This record gives sequence, C-alpha cells and structure tokens, in this order.
Amino acid sequence: MSTVAASRPEINVTLWISTTLLILCGFVAFFGPWILPQDPTDFVTDQPFAKAQAGVWLGSDYLGRDILSRLMNGARITLAMAFAATFLAHLIGDSLGLLAAIKGGWVDAFISRVADVILSLPKIIVGLVVVAALGPSVPVIVILAAVVYAAGVFRIARALGNDIVAMDFIKVAKSRGEGTGWVLFGEILPHVVRPLAADFAIRMSFAMLFMSSLSFLGLGVQPPLADWGGLVRENLGGLSAGSLAAVYPALAIAVTSIALNLLVDALGEQKVDQKGTR
Amino acid sequence: MTHPVLSIRNLVVEPRYGGSPIVNGVSLSVDRGEVLALIGASGSGKTTLALTALGHLRPGLSIKQGSVSLDGTELLKAEPRTLRSLRGRIVAYIAQSAAAAFNPRMRLDHQVSESSRVHRTRSHQEALQVAHRLYRELDLPNPEHIGNRFPHQVSGGQLQRFMIAMGLQESPLLLVCDEPTSALDVTTQVEVLRALKQGIQDNQTAALFVSHDLAVVAQVATKIAVLRSGNLVEFGSTQQILEAPREPYTRELVQARKEFTVQRSGRPVPVTTIAPLLKVENITAGYGSVINGRPAITTLQKVDLSIRKGEVTGVIGESGSGKSTLARVIAGLHPAAQGRILFSGETLAPSVEQRSLADRRRIQLVFQMADTALNQKHTVSRIIGRVLKFFHNMPADARAARITELLQMVQLPPHYATRRPTELSGGEKQRVNLARALAANPEVLICDEITSALDNIVAKSIIELVETLRDQLGLAVIFISHDLATVASLAKDVTVLRNGCIVESGSTEAVLSNPQNPYTKLLVSSVPELRPGWLEDAVAARDELQQSLNSGEQAYDASQPRRLEQAR
Amino acid sequence: MIAFVIKRLLQTAALLLVVSVLVFLGCEILPGDVAQVSLGQYATPDNVQALRIELGLDRPAYERYFDWLFGILQGDWGRSITTKTPVARMLSERLSNTALLAAVTTVVAVPLALILGLLMAVGAGRAWDRVASVVTLGLSATPEFLIATLGVLLFAVQLRWLPAVAYLSPGSDLAQTARALFLPAATLSIVVMAQIARMTRAIIGNLLTQPFIEMATLKGVPPRRVVGVHALINAVGPLANVVALNIAYLVSGVLVVETIFAYPGLARLMVDSVQARDLPVVQACAIIFCATYVLLIFLADVLAHIYDPRSNLEAADRKG
Repeated sequence: MSTVAASRPEINVTLWISTTLLILCGFVAFFGPWILPQDPTDFVTDQPFAKAQAGVWLGSDYLGRDILSRLMNGARITLAMAFAATFLAHLIGDSLGLLAAIKGGWVDAFISRVADVILSLPKIIVGLVVVAALGPSVPVIVILAAVVYAAGVFRIARALGNDIVAMDFIKVAKSRGEGTGWVLFGEILPHVVRPLAADFAIRMSFAMLFMSSLSFLGLGVQPPLADWGGLVRENLGGLSAGSLAAVYPALAIAVTSIALNLLVDALGEQKVDQKGTR
Repeated sequence: MTHPVLSIRNLVVEPRYGGSPIVNGVSLSVDRGEVLALIGASGSGKTTLALTALGHLRPGLSIKQGSVSLDGTELLKAEPRTLRSLRGRIVAYIAQSAAAAFNPRMRLDHQVSESSRVHRTRSHQEALQVAHRLYRELDLPNPEHIGNRFPHQVSGGQLQRFMIAMGLQESPLLLVCDEPTSALDVTTQVEVLRALKQGIQDNQTAALFVSHDLAVVAQVATKIAVLRSGNLVEFGSTQQILEAPREPYTRELVQARKEFTVQRSGRPVPVTTIAPLLKVENITAGYGSVINGRPAITTLQKVDLSIRKGEVTGVIGESGSGKSTLARVIAGLHPAAQGRILFSGETLAPSVEQRSLADRRRIQLVFQMADTALNQKHTVSRIIGRVLKFFHNMPADARAARITELLQMVQLPPHYATRRPTELSGGEKQRVNLARALAANPEVLICDEITSALDNIVAKSIIELVETLRDQLGLAVIFISHDLATVASLAKDVTVLRNGCIVESGSTEAVLSNPQNPYTKLLVSSVPELRPGWLEDAVAARDELQQSLNSGEQAYDASQPRRLEQAR
Repeated sequence: MIAFVIKRLLQTAALLLVVSVLVFLGCEILPGDVAQVSLGQYATPDNVQALRIELGLDRPAYERYFDWLFGILQGDWGRSITTKTPVARMLSERLSNTALLAAVTTVVAVPLALILGLLMAVGAGRAWDRVASVVTLGLSATPEFLIATLGVLLFAVQLRWLPAVAYLSPGSDLAQTARALFLPAATLSIVVMAQIARMTRAIIGNLLTQPFIEMATLKGVPPRRVVGVHALINAVGPLANVVALNIAYLVSGVLVVETIFAYPGLARLMVDSVQARDLPVVQACAIIFCATYVLLIFLADVLAHIYDPRSNLEAADRKG
C-alpha cells in the first residue's frame, strides 16, 4: 500500500531564508579581507561607541574602531573555527560510531564507555578547566570542541549504524563473506550520509555557540584576534550607555546558528536528539 | 421495515493531495445479524472502507462523494460529538494488532470497560461485571482477575480476545473486525475465530469482517464483498461466491485459495536413493553462554535434516519453533553450540567467516522481508552484479549479460536492472531476492518464509517460480514456513519443528495426510479450509487433540524429541 | 528495576571518582603551582620551596589527590590563594545564589514549557503550531548572551526598571532579590523553555500517532481524555527525562548569565578563579558542577528507565 502524504507540502519560506543567510555568511567569511569597509584595527572615530555614520555603518567599538569591519573579520575566525571543530568531531565520531555498529562486541563496548564519560561532563566546565590548564589558543579550543562533540557524533553515528546493521541486507552481505570495508562504504554509508550531514550542520551551530561562549568569558580567542564571542565581551561596557556594539556580534552568532538549524529543519532532517539540549 | 445497520452508497475516498481513489464508488449494506466480509489484497481499500463505518478517515484522506449511514445516522456529515457518542457504543472496532491497539500503561480491565465509562451507560461496577462476563464467554483463563494485568503480561491470543471483549462491551449493533486473526499463529487463530463467532452470535451483532483470507471468512460470513483497487468486484452470499463466483478476479481468488490446501491423498511416495547433498546432524543452538553444550536460551535442540539435490525439503514451525535459527545456522550466520553440518560429506565450518568462498557460494539464504533484504539505495543491477563480481570475478560486460539472464529466469523484464527496490512491488522484490541468490550459482537454496508477506495470488507465482528453478537448475531447496499449505504444495519431504525440537518428519504426503504426532495433527487441523463448517470441526478436533497433547506432555522429554519414520 | 538503579548508582559513583581525578589532573597541569602563584613573581626560589613543603606540595601527586579527595568529603575544601579564606566559606554563599537562580528558572520555565509543548503537539500542523515551532527552534539556537544583552538594553537602559548588574547580598530583602534575579532568570528561562517545549512537542506528537491513540478515538473517547489520560501516562517518563536533562544544561547556562549580569554566583566565582589561577577554588567549583551534572544525568536515566517501554517489552517477549 503506498503511503499518502499526511500534510500539505509547504512553500518553504524558512528554507529560502536560511539558505540565503548562510550563503551570505559564507560569502563574508570567504571574501572578508577584500571587502572590509575599514581596516579592523584602525581607530576611525574619536569617541568610543560612536553612533552609526557614513563609512562606519554600525558605529564604533570601545576603542573607536569600525564595528562592521571587525564583525566581518570575526566572521572568518568564528566560522572557520566552528567548521574545523565540527569536521574533526565528525571525522572521529563517524568512523568510530559506524565501526562500533559493524563490529559490535568489545570494540563497541569500550568506545561507548569512553564516549559516555565524555558526555557525562558539562562541556563548558570541561572547557574552563582545559583552557585554564593549557592556555587559551585557537588550536586548543578547536581540539577541545572537537573532542567534546565527537562523543555526541559517535552516539548518533552508532545509532544510525545499528539501525542499518539490523537489516537483512547486511546479513546477506556478511553471509557472502564481505569485508568491513564493503559493508561500511558500500552498504551502510549511502543510508547515513544525509542524517550525518544534517547533524554536521547542527553541530556546527553548537560548536560555534560553545566556542563563542568561551571567548565571551575571556577564555577563548585572545586579542588582537577577535571572534564574535570576543567582540561581545570587548564591547559589553557600552551597554549601559545604550550602545549596540555588543549586540551586533551576538546577533551575528544567533543569526548564523538559527539559520543552520532552520535549514536542517526545513529539509526534514531535524532529528531532535534525545537530550534536546546543546 | 427496519433499515440496515450499515448502508454505504457510492462512496469515493481519495488522497487529499492527488492520486487515484482508495475507495472507488462502493455501495453495500449490512443488516441485523449479518456478517459481511470484505475480501481483498493489500491496497484494495478494505481497511479504509471499514473505518468509514465508524466515521473515521486516516490522515491524508478525504471523502469525495457518497454516504455512510449507521443505524439511520449519516456519518460523513455528522458532528464530532455525534460520532463520539456512536463509537464504542453503537459501532465498535476490532483492530488487527491487539499489541498496538492497547495502551501499554493501562490495565486491561480499565481499557475494556472504558467505553461504558465514557458513554456513561453503566456504573463502574456494572461495567466491570459485563467485562468479566465477556472474558468468561471468550474462554479467557481466570476471568475475575486476569483483567487486572497490563497488555504485555498476557499472550497474543489472549490479548486478541480482550480486544473482542472491548468491542462487545457495549453490545454494539455493528462490529467492525479488521483482520482480527491475521497476526496470529494458525493454532491460535482457531481459538480466536471460534470466540469471535460465538461473541457475534450470542450478542446478535451485525459485523463487517475484513480479511485477505477467503477460508477464514468462509467460516464466519454470511455475505462476501470482493474488493480490488478500491472497486467492488463482486457481492453475494458466501455460498454463491465460493461455489459459483461470477467475476474472473473472484474466480482466481477462490481457485488460488482452494489450491492452498493441506489435504493430501496419502499416496505412497517412491523411496529416494540418492545421498543427501546437505546433512544437518544433531544441531543445538541458541543464545547466551554455553554450559554443558547447551546455550542459556536454547532455540534448537538436536535437530537433524537431510537435503537432496533437485528436491524441496520443507520445514514447518510456528513462531518460536526455531525455524529461522535453523536457516541461519545452516547459512553460517549463527554458529551452533553443538552438532555439525555436512556438505557433500565434508564438514562445514560453523561460522561464515571461517568458511571458504566456495562453501559460502554454494549455500544461499533468501529472506522473508524483501524490504529489508534488498539495500534500497542500490539498483537491481548493483545488487545482483555485486554477487557476480564477488563470487565469480565477472567483468562488467559479462555481468550485464548475466544479469539479464537472471532476471529472465525469475520472470522479470531486463529493464528492471536500472530500478531500485522502492520502485518494485512485493512480489517483484522477492523475485530480485531470488535472482541475487541464483547469481552465486548455488547448490542449496534456503528460503526463509519468502512468501509469508505476500498475498495468495502473488505467493502462488513465487512458489511456481521456485519449482521451476528447482527443476531447471537441479537446486536443493530448504523451504521454511509457518504456512502448511504453502509447504505442502511444494515440498517432497517435511519436518515439523516445535520449540526447537523435531516433532515429526517424513514425506509430505505421509506426514500431512496421516500425522502421527498430536502436535502435527493439531497444526494440520488448524489450517483453514474453504468449506463452511470447517471451523466447528477444527474446534472439536482441537479440543480433543489439546487434551491428548497436554496429557502426553508428561511422556515427552523435551531433550529427546520424538521422530517417526514414515511407513511406506 | 532495583537492580538497574543500583547498577547505575555504582556506575555514577565510579564516574564521579573518575571526574575527581580528571579535575585534579586538570589543575595539576596548570603552569605554576599554588606556592609560586601565591607568593607572586618576585618571590625567591627558596621561599617558594619552603611554602611548597609547608603546603605539602612536594609529595607525590597521588598522595595529594587522596588528601584532597578525603578533605572534600570531610568538608575541608582548602584555602583560596587570592583571598586566603577557606574555600568552603566562599562557596556556601555563592552556591546558594546559583542554586536560587537555577531553582527560580526551573520553577518558571518547566511548567510553561510543558504546557506550550503540549499545546503545540495537539495543534500539530496548524498555523500557530508552525509559528511556535520555528520560534522555539530559533530560541534554542540562540546564545544566552544575545538574549541577555537585549534584556539589559531594554529593561535596564531604556526602561530603567531593573539594574544592569545584579546586586545581591545576604541581607537583601525579597524585592531586591527579585530585581536582581529577574533578568538572569528570564534569560535562562527563555532558552530552557524553548528546548523543553520542542522536546515535549516531539514526544507527545510522536505518541499521538501511535495506534492505541487511534483505538481510543474509535471507542468514542473524547479528545481531552485521549490526550490527558492515554497520551500523558505514556509521556511522563520521557518528559521527566527531558526535564532532568535540561536542568543539567543549566549548569552551563549559568556561566554566561552570571558573567553578563555580574550575578554573585558560583559560576562567576569559577570564571574569576580560573583567570586568577586560584587552583583550590577552581577545583572545588569544578567538582561541584560536574557532580551536580552527573547526578542529574543519573536521575534522568533512572526516570527514563522506569518508564521505558522496552523493559516492558522484554518481559512481554519472554511471555511469548
């Protein structure tokens, strides 16, 4: 019996909005240095937290530098770090997760235990301790985020893998005597590519939030480099004066993160994971 | 003049967002005390039609035209409150899967008597009394207290009877039964059918009985309506439909069902003298840690089997008999704890990893659910081509030619090679399944319930295909099924399994026409026959057999299954 | 079931032990030890060594670890380097402030979120559900500091109803406490509410598609009872699990919120101590946060297991 669509196919407004936003972000991140209106380290206004004006479209920051330029520059750092961390997390998590699903046995049990330990610790506290120990630098933060999120990716890849491994066509392949390589790449991978890609997008938003929170606490990217979280931190002082300087970078983070989530949701791949938290 | 309990006129139901109608202009009626059966294959629209009798449509469907009138009330335009007051009280629904239809966290008494509470027809005490009375009539053990349990604490057959009790709680005018016994073992089906028929007769309810099995329907129905792709093909009394069907489709259905019989002539079968190709010796297998050669959970015990070239050997068992474990043990997917398997006299390694390429090639396993046995993301040519590459190292052009050959062998057109499993029907998928097994050039084919998920007509064609392949290729086939009729039509020898032990084995003719073992007798008598009156005979025979089976149990030692050699 | 709880309890205890080791080690590899940092840059090596011996820092790591561990279990949490006061005293006030913030957030956010999620699930597909779904999705992906900064701008700067910085001291009365708590709690609540509402909608929405719900409808059970009784008794377990997990999430959430609002809580203490390299305090805070998180996860697991249909199904399988 063929299935009947139960809901009206929507004009996917959210899909279009989120894709546009993300392309915009990517564009800015890529071409940033060539399209900055000002030099991000130049003092362009006499007064700090100056209002928006010609050439300084979003006003200036706590030192009188152009916020828009710093924002665009920060896009590069923020997005590159988020991408790198997520890429590493997936590299580790996907391969281990699918392997655990195929092999089962003690391989599965051991890696699962390790992942459980990592997952049972609050990420940001772990971040604080590690950064306190090793010092805040970009490689440290990226690897920290990668390890911390790899555990979650492992769980998802393993669950997806297990669902597929339970199917008879895997037994058929195994009864032929197919090796792990074929089973993984030939049989399982086509089924898990889409959900894992969706997870990639969402996890990138988590990684971005995580790392910018660390920067916000002063334990992330250090000056003179400034990612979006750091920009929020720098300009907090202007809030009481009514300056939006701290809001713009926070907004940038929010918009990118929301766009990623909306995109995945609109594509119908949103799997609300067990915790529902970041 | 009393109006009919249910009157459906010119009903057309179609998908909300485009597509052909699910129910296409059907008209029928059910009078008091009548049982109308809706017969059809899956996709015929029978469930959708049955649900309209309750004024219910599954999501994604809409009514294009027509009317459904229940006891004079037009349902399709009724207010939600009206519908609610009718449901459970005037018309009741009995679902196919009781396990899914009961709330896992509510006690059974509570759910069975819920309609009374919701419709405020009885006090709590009275409602429970009615429920318990029904339990007694439906032959549930310990009727005063069993209702206190949760759904997962009773067996499948018992749960189905709770469903029937739930339906009869308010003595409805119309009972809508949606494949109420399809999910049960044959032996359980007999009990439940009897209970249902009794319940309908005692309460003088009218009933709408949906099924795909003519034989089951023949036992309870007074009238039969044949559906196909949403159209009413034929409508008439049970007698007329079974004895003198008018439409060709109906005739095909009746004929296919008639042939699916277990009755055998009992003619003696010539003795086979060729040596077995595959011999299963003393296999014990299961799950969990192995102590003293026996696994903690034993699914097979000391099973022997002989399979010969060019012959089909049947293995019959109900759920829990261990038949699927046997298939997996032979295929090497599940190493046995004890015993060995011999192929052409050589012992096979217990697990597939240890077997040689040649051994793996020679034994091929064909699975039941073609949906999960074929990788949806691969095309047919990749599915079959991989086997050709893996076992025979065939280069690409030779593969393409061979794939066409194989598809022809399973009666599929060559252009199917570029299709994916999602584009194929159930029967076609099963054919691809077979083609893949054949691509290895096997000598032994293990068919594990390959027709169980298919309709009678489609199943019949698959069985014919297996016979053809057996004859053309000289394959040895192990045919595993719970359906005696299927095995009977195909297999030369048959082995009956129960709880992991062999209960009886021998030539099909002998075992099925003159079963020696009480359990085999029970199985044989439980297969529905197309003649009315079969149910009553089966119940009588069953009671008698059940007694001898139970008393005989003490004489049976589970570790020493009785096995009888057939007289010739 | 009891067996499961005990097994998980033992696993949790083992986990806490591992966590304590990790925290201890983490602080061990901080550059510069307690003695050096305590005396400052200009201390002579002799003085530093003397202090080291006095503080017992010359003993091997595992000895110091056990000392530290038993000290914690007995209530001696060491002495802060920067303030020279016993850590335990510093913790107690901060801890109660953070606990207050978490409690207020939970009490406000959880019921509202559950109701919202339920309404969304029941009205699935309708316009307002789709809007609400997008909004909750957006909010759960928003950083707390955006909501916080906007909150400060609106309530503190524009409207001047609330202070931008949360002044809270032991002597504050109810009104002062409320004013200090409002923005931090509101910020946290918004994110937590979005997360819980989404999960609630998913869980209940999924339940409503189950066959036994259709069966109840076909018996004539009114919709209110179908949702309120049939669906909810199956939802309690998974929902309790989700709530527990979200409370655990608060552990991270408070860090940003306390920093932005300068709320005198434990999280802010930890951040300050990390920057000041005040190891004993960092260790103490880390242990408290980690232990709370682990215990909440444990609670969530147990709640999920009590209600896990799978454990019932296993029993059913055995019955045949």
